[in-house]
Amino acid sequence: MATLFEKIWNAHVIQDLGDGWALLHIDRHLLHDLSGPPSLAAVAHRGLRLANADLVFATPDHAISSAPGRTGLTYPTGGRLWTALKATSEKLDVRLFDVDEDGQGIVHVMGPELGLVQPGVTLICGDSHTCTNGALGAVAFGVGNTESTHALATATLRMQRPKQMRLRLEGKLAKGVTSKDVILHAIAALGAASGVEHAVEYTGSAIDEMEIEARLTLCNLSVELGARSGIIAPDEKTIDYLRGRRFSPSGAEFEVAADHWRTLKSDPDAVYDRDFTLDVSQVAPTVTWGTSPEHALPIDGCVPDPARTGDAATREGEEKALAYMGLKPGQPIAGAKVDRVFIGSCTNSRLSDLRAAADLAKGRKVADGVIAWVVPGSVAVKRAAEAEGLDKIFRAAGFDWREPGCSMCVAANGEVAPPGARVVSTSNRNFVGRQGPGARTHLASPAMAVAAAVTGEIFDVRKL
Amino acid sequence: MQPFTTLEGPAAPLMLSNVDTDVIIRIDRLTGGGERGSLGHWAFEALRYFPDGSPDPNFVFNREPFRDAPILLAGPNFGCGSSREAAVTALMGLGVRCVIADGFGDIFVSNCFQNGVLPIRLPEPVVADLARRAESGRPMRVDLDAQTVAIGNHAVSFDIDRQRKAALLAGLDDIGLSLAAMDDIRAWQARDRLARPWVWTPVARPETMGEPA
Repeated sequence: MATLFEKIWNAHVIQDLGDGWALLHIDRHLLHDLSGPPSLAAVAHRGLRLANADLVFATPDHAISSAPGRTGLTYPTGGRLWTALKATSEKLDVRLFDVDEDGQGIVHVMGPELGLVQPGVTLICGDSHTCTNGALGAVAFGVGNTESTHALATATLRMQRPKQMRLRLEGKLAKGVTSKDVILHAIAALGAASGVEHAVEYTGSAIDEMEIEARLTLCNLSVELGARSGIIAPDEKTIDYLRGRRFSPSGAEFEVAADHWRTLKSDPDAVYDRDFTLDVSQVAPTVTWGTSPEHALPIDGCVPDPARTGDAATREGEEKALAYMGLKPGQPIAGAKVDRVFIGSCTNSRLSDLRAAADLAKGRKVADGVIAWVVPGSVAVKRAAEAEGLDKIFRAAGFDWREPGCSMCVAANGEVAPPGARVVSTSNRNFVGRQGPGARTHLASPAMAVAAAVTGEIFDVRKL
Repeated sequence: MQPFTTLEGPAAPLMLSNVDTDVIIRIDRLTGGGERGSLGHWAFEALRYFPDGSPDPNFVFNREPFRDAPILLAGPNFGCGSSREAAVTALMGLGVRCVIADGFGDIFVSNCFQNGVLPIRLPEPVVADLARRAESGRPMRVDLDAQTVAIGNHAVSFDIDRQRKAALLAGLDDIGLSLAAMDDIRAWQARDRLARPWVWTPVARPETMGEPA
């Protein structure tokens, strides 16, 4: 009786260090321009080599410009990091997927897309949204620079096994509702700290029905539940997704691997330290109102009124969040005027996201005074979208069609909203200052982002 | 890593929930080439400075005797959000070596232990009580070996994982320990290449095939 996470963990233990600690093998290590250079430099500084350069992959995403026609140097500050990533990758023999090359993209978009992420592997990256990759049945989690340096030098980490949490998602999603709405609803229902010290596994009929890209979106927000990793057991959809990808096994080896992947699931009597079930059939299009992802509500809901909130700490938090967001206590969230719309990020920049957005943007126009961007998640997504003509649809509707990268999600690349600007964003964090000092972020699905862009306000996509 | 044994000084109360790593240190302070040692100035920027850059005199780290407080008392889920290790180095730049809260972001906790900073988890009412007692600026004493936090005659004990504690007390370097296990690592890899070739062959490069394991 073990969970899927525990089975993968146990299979990677090189030394049992006692008290739940293990020297754990790391099968895949992804690097980006922000956290990659210091970790690689630290390895070199110690006079070490990479334990297994073949397991390490790098791409610039955080600090590069997404402006049309950009180069690695278009955003000069990020250009230093890009230059450093290239130099350190070359020095330590790391495969780099550079700007404009097939394979470049947001690290959690390009990893699955290239077949680098397989069921049953352990995968790390110096980025908290590494949990995204658990959607393919991997144990995947974010690390800091020192842990990254450790893993580069040894292909291992010294880790303590987390507690186990299950989130069962049952029921059929209503029209206009996506996995993004489901996970925002879950974070609001359970709280932003509900997964702290836990690894979360998603199960249930809603997961069975979900396509792989929607699962990646769901797992992406595991860390906003507080969980360092999220995982979904592989099924035939996973296997179909992996077939034929550049770094997937090929030929007979793929079929042997697939047979192994089919065995990767939690035992029926596995024990979870926390166990939740949510009926997702009642979930509405969901949007955040405040400065934590747990500040989410249905599009037809009203923001909280702190005067009616019981405890003092919650009241103070709500007051600060409403003041920062420029919202009145108790006001309906729908109708708030929007200045910017951002469709992109490791949450929602894959081809299915862009198709859903383009479907709604077709024949409509971005409202006067609204600046709306579409930033595809990778070179491959961009090329595939252009082959389908999605770029033309977005441009005709008045959206900017840009180059792949993290862009406005992380605002480490000069791409920020001005103070006070209200942004509907398909990204994953609505923290204070996340999209620029004073910028006000509302998290939502790509469909809801288009609804906001074309109406100029936070708007129920079901009424479009 | 600098060992952690005992710590004494003012404890700054910052009792907001879900203080995330973006609030602890903004990302564009990290892209601008800021050295590790210089980040303290930018810690808690959005809370600490007005939009014109002048310090908010009400913010705890702008007030005496908390300017150089080595201990931070925080609300639940402190350090949630991104994996940036600079959230810890920025706190260290402020002079903080110990954070006490009812829960932390998991990656933040790992990053603390990698840098000799002690995160102590205590129930919210206990932290709130310590915050009230610390508001006067009276020094607090943290003793890792005894697992106690004391202010005046008031002392509370805390739990900590045995191995974390030992590593922090000794200032151990994890990388050195794991490099010493390289024979075991290579043996595991050799077995895994046979058991799960599909993990290894698709990413192997001809020019690196000669490398060990």
